[in-house]
Amino acid sequence: MLMENIFTQLPEIFSTTLWTILKIMAIVIPLMISVAYLTYFERRVIGFMQGRLGPNRVGYFGLLQPIADALKLMFKEIIHPTKSNNFLFLLAPVLTIAPAFAAWAVIPFDAELVLSDINAGLLYVLAMTSIAVYGVIIAGWASNSKYAFLGSLRSAAQIVSYEIAMGFTLVGVLMCANSLNLGEIVIGQSGGILQWYIWPLFPLFIIYFISAVAETNRAPFDVAEGESEIVAGFHVEYSGMAFAVFFLAEYANMILVSMLAALMFLGGWLSPFDFFPDGIVWLLLKVAFLLFFFLWFRATFPRYRYDQIMRLGWKIFIPITIFWIIFVGFMMQTPYREMFH
Amino acid sequence: MDYSSVVFYFFSFILLFSAIKVITSKNPILSALFLVLSFFSAAGLWLLLQAEFLAIALVLVYVGAVMVLFLFVIMMIDINTEVMKKGFWNYFPAIGFVSIIMLTEIILVLNKPFFKTPALFKAPIKSNTDAIGEVLYSDYILPFEIAAIILLVAIIAAIALTLRGKKMHKGIDPAIQISVKKSDRLKMVDMGINKTKIKKRVKRS
Repeated sequence: MLMENIFTQLPEIFSTTLWTILKIMAIVIPLMISVAYLTYFERRVIGFMQGRLGPNRVGYFGLLQPIADALKLMFKEIIHPTKSNNFLFLLAPVLTIAPAFAAWAVIPFDAELVLSDINAGLLYVLAMTSIAVYGVIIAGWASNSKYAFLGSLRSAAQIVSYEIAMGFTLVGVLMCANSLNLGEIVIGQSGGILQWYIWPLFPLFIIYFISAVAETNRAPFDVAEGESEIVAGFHVEYSGMAFAVFFLAEYANMILVSMLAALMFLGGWLSPFDFFPDGIVWLLLKVAFLLFFFLWFRATFPRYRYDQIMRLGWKIFIPITIFWIIFVGFMMQTPYREMFH
Repeated sequence: MDYSSVVFYFFSFILLFSAIKVITSKNPILSALFLVLSFFSAAGLWLLLQAEFLAIALVLVYVGAVMVLFLFVIMMIDINTEVMKKGFWNYFPAIGFVSIIMLTEIILVLNKPFFKTPALFKAPIKSNTDAIGEVLYSDYILPFEIAAIILLVAIIAAIALTLRGKKMHKGIDPAIQISVKKSDRLKMVDMGINKTKIKKRVKRS
């Protein structure tokens, strides 16, 4: 009641702004917590895969480790390299994390639970993720360091290349769903596990997921920060909280691309079988399942060579996606079109 | 002043400011970044006109792809702005003449009644993306396809330009790399060691 009173007394501009900020907080704060625990989970999972224990000292089973890490990074000094462009140096982490959070505005968590239900939601997400490359480029250039610069060039080339394949896979999804709205894409998959778009678009799903790994600069596509070649790539000169922001953005992007894969190919919040109720739990389970693959890849695969990455993106993924788009378009004109809707 | 005008003036101010900074800033990379900012604020203005598809396409194509490649090139080359700015005042009369002509042309065009429609029109009933798609593939199908073919020609021409001449790099064809077998790389040599000796050694240990 008190809240309502406050809202009615304020002028309209302030009440809308305040209400929107509250809704944004309701998305961002759980996201930050999941990012923190994704780092913990990653270290534990990779630890077990490699026959180690991982962090297990701070709190029960090491559960307070992310908080200890965050505190440590917060109290570290941020060092500015000599002759670096100070403003751009500090702007770069902001430009990396802002799109990673902004894209969440159109993600539907449930049939009604969405911050902004715009028609061109899928395009919006694609646009936001394509902006994220600026943070990397600016970080590399503003650091005034050769390693950072090489890392940022590698990363920019890689992100631009894989974005094309990723965009084409999304074209396949929107052909099936007949809509750019993420909520409608999910609703188009209702009717049990067999109606999910993963089945008619299976090659596109695989390509989307691999491109997502490349897009987020994760192993085995992490040449942008390949420790053995260019130290830590574009964020080699960053320390303290500025480094932590890059870290947060990387993990937030991982969760975002897994969320998109779950929404577009795995039926979002819909339950796989008719006798279970739909709900946000299903979405979170699917996202967690996909995130596990990210960790599994990192523990398993050796790093790609740079020219192999480019070859995979341009000469293998893009032709396959174009072929599958034409195939889907062709099948939609035949009596089998029900399979593709 | 209602909410949308506040937003309009905010975005317009950023747009004009960054557009001026594009030509005045001394560092070419800063110029490119200001150009990105002006594209972004232009996209914001389009969103205000409820042209969501155009706004997002502007961000996706110009901000997300074109300017990234631009920045890429600018970062790689070493531009000395002092040398480039030499003789600016000698060229100034010519520059001024050209810009005055361009300004009058723009004013003449913008005075046409076509551009005098009220800016904020009602939202279309269908979604913006649908409307554009329908028009492109029905009324404007021929120009649209011609544009696609011109683009295809441009793509092929760009690739042909970079591929002509002798092969300059020493890269190996990946198909050959993949099809390599163990017998191509590894050669087992019989060193002629006395096998009975080894057997004795094994027995002793």
